[in-house]
Amino acid sequence: MAIDLAQFHQVFFEESFEGLDVMESGLLAIDCNEPVDLEDINTIFRAAHSIKGGSGTFGFHRVSEFTHGLETLLDQMRSGQRQPDQRVVDCLLGSVDCLRTMLEAMQQGDNANDADVARYQAAIDAILDQQNAPVSSAEEPAAHLPPAEAVNSAVESPSSGWRIAFSPRAQLLQRGNDPVRIFRELDELGELEVAPDFIGLPEFGEFDPEICYLSWRLELAGTVDRSALEDVFAWVEDDCDFAIQPLGAAQSCTDVSPQVSPEPSAESEAVAPATDAPPAKDTSDVDVAKVKTVKAKADKPKSAATIRVDTQKIDHLINMVGELVITQSMLGMLGENFTLDKLDALQNGLAQLERHTRELQESVMSVRMMPISFVFGRFPRLVHDLSAQLGKKIELKLIGEQTEVDKTVVELIADPLVHLVRNSLDHGIETSVERVNAGKSETGQLILEAYQRSGQIIIEVKDDGRGLNADKLRAKAIEKNLIDPQQQLTQQQIYELIFAPGFSTAEALTDISGRGVGMDVVRRNIQSLGGSIHIDSEQGQGTRIAIHLPLTLAILDGQSVAVGHETYIIPLNAIIESINVDDSKLNRVAGVGETFKLREEYLPIVRLQRVFAISGAKASKLSEGLVVVVEGPEGRCGLFVDDLLGQQQVVIKSLDANYRPVEGISGATILGDGSVALILDIPGLLRLSVREQYG
Amino acid sequence: MARILTVDDSSSMRQMVSFALSSAGHQVVEAVDGVDGLNKAKSQTFDCVITDVNMPNKDGISLIKDLRALPNYKFIPLLMLTTESGADKKQAGKAAGATGWIVKPFNPDQLLKTVQKVLG
Repeated sequence: MAIDLAQFHQVFFEESFEGLDVMESGLLAIDCNEPVDLEDINTIFRAAHSIKGGSGTFGFHRVSEFTHGLETLLDQMRSGQRQPDQRVVDCLLGSVDCLRTMLEAMQQGDNANDADVARYQAAIDAILDQQNAPVSSAEEPAAHLPPAEAVNSAVESPSSGWRIAFSPRAQLLQRGNDPVRIFRELDELGELEVAPDFIGLPEFGEFDPEICYLSWRLELAGTVDRSALEDVFAWVEDDCDFAIQPLGAAQSCTDVSPQVSPEPSAESEAVAPATDAPPAKDTSDVDVAKVKTVKAKADKPKSAATIRVDTQKIDHLINMVGELVITQSMLGMLGENFTLDKLDALQNGLAQLERHTRELQESVMSVRMMPISFVFGRFPRLVHDLSAQLGKKIELKLIGEQTEVDKTVVELIADPLVHLVRNSLDHGIETSVERVNAGKSETGQLILEAYQRSGQIIIEVKDDGRGLNADKLRAKAIEKNLIDPQQQLTQQQIYELIFAPGFSTAEALTDISGRGVGMDVVRRNIQSLGGSIHIDSEQGQGTRIAIHLPLTLAILDGQSVAVGHETYIIPLNAIIESINVDDSKLNRVAGVGETFKLREEYLPIVRLQRVFAISGAKASKLSEGLVVVVEGPEGRCGLFVDDLLGQQQVVIKSLDANYRPVEGISGATILGDGSVALILDIPGLLRLSVREQYG
Repeated sequence: MARILTVDDSSSMRQMVSFALSSAGHQVVEAVDGVDGLNKAKSQTFDCVITDVNMPNKDGISLIKDLRALPNYKFIPLLMLTTESGADKKQAGKAAGATGWIVKPFNPDQLLKTVQKVLG
């Protein structure tokens, strides 16, 4: 039967990546100055072992070969033959990266970078070699040599057949083995004659059905390798006495001494060198840190076409669908012969339907939710590597890893977070010396925390470093012409300056935080997720950056408004207030267009009917309609509409995917009556309105 | 056809074993570690158990030992999946009462042949 193993590859890759993550976090947890927890090492070993087993089975031999050395090293660690030191741990960490790159390449159908692989393999072999020579030979090496028996058989075979004396010990049956199975297998090798020996048989009354009393003399005719013969007995060699002699050696069966059962590896072990790797030479000095920087850092988002969902969520979903079906059939029966006296029942049924639909919606949404640990998981490694690179002592704390966020958020929040963490490590947290001089603990602390509050996900990056220097920021902003020297700014406003395009506080760009992406990109990424970013700092005490994100990106709380015969949806979280404005408050300002004064602030007015060229709008004068004051990332404005209709949750349908991007519109939705309403994009609308008037 | 329990913490291996055996008409139950395996073996009956060796919670050797001590599993074939380097594992498995082993890496045909062999 041919089974296509390729169907298991995806699962194999997924579990291997999980295994690598386990290895990585396990390795990071090892503190070389303290005794290691053997169970931790065991966990790491098991992960490596599974990857090796799987890769061998599914035909990724390069991976299994590479993992073999890793496994040997880990096995020495867990059996206490080797104490982990930083060099070994770093080398293992690098190998984990190397394996990950290899597997990623194979997943894409590419070839691994052989140079990297070879380098790590050499580094591991060097470590193994260094200590291995005097170490008692582990169970590993024998496997690489041809078994000693094979050599014997080359001398003895081909023989015209074999004479075998086989006497099972009492326990053979109790291991699930059966002499008949052995006979059947031997029969496949050649022509078999079986002669039982009843000598051991007790009196009938003393029979124990669980014990094998018989022994056999067997003659196997045909050209059979001795090793093939021994393979048949391999499982039972400890549960029986057996002896093999070539046929034609003129001896009677009784002379065959059962003691000469083959000893499988005593000989081979004595000859086997500790490993078959080349001598260490200077490979042992391979600078692992250097090797590490060479490997391609797999920071790019993994394209996750599949999603792993907790089975409980699926069960809940199925349960809800069941409820919905029951309600639907109940309503169907009600409707078949409906009379007005059943109105109560109908209303009850509809209420139930609404509840079930809402619950179903919630459980479907929860399927898209993933724990933020998917993102946080990469940071222990990042912090470990960076702090070593920077020579700083930093402790990372992860809080709220189980907080669930939308899958899209998980995919897109990683890069901004990495940037924030890098910044914090590079500029925020001081060196140990600086910290001690400032009267702080030697080790800096970085906290990544996620939690849910009032329909939002909040992710915080906090450090106890030197904090932001408001004066320095201000001076820098003036120097870069971002603000006017005379401009009065609150502390908060000054901090927010770091999100301005082209602003960088570092005197010199380092390769850690100065990677060409600024904080403005971070902010833009977060805004594209519908979120916002806030910064708070105290000089000498630390900095706290909070990212606020919507719970889900697929559903939006919206306010529907009417303009002529059209209905538009304004995101509810953008709305500040709705007011009636008298035409007398209207001004025209060059470069901005129409504005109105609202409590000492002039806000631009966007007339939706004009921007979208809607004919038949009821209101043309401001006093006839309503102005909805909305806030976008670049400020506030007033949207002039005919009327407010109602608030509702709407499911966002992408225009980009179904049509093409339209400026000022972020998507569309289908209303209760089946008609389509467009969802307004506030920043886009502002730009559009300015162009409309001056373009 | 036989009822077979496969115990492995790696889901790809589990799926492969399970797929190969059920393609050959066997009824297969999967367990994710030794503890899960022991529980399933206690609550159901099987004609054969195939277990991985290195697993969290309870490893394959300890599982085999526990199974062998159960009256229902005294004579049932218990096979372990082990790597070519695991000579000591084979010994430990035998001492615990394993019937035999299948050496990793193996292909579905080798697996089926061995299972067929012990099922008779």
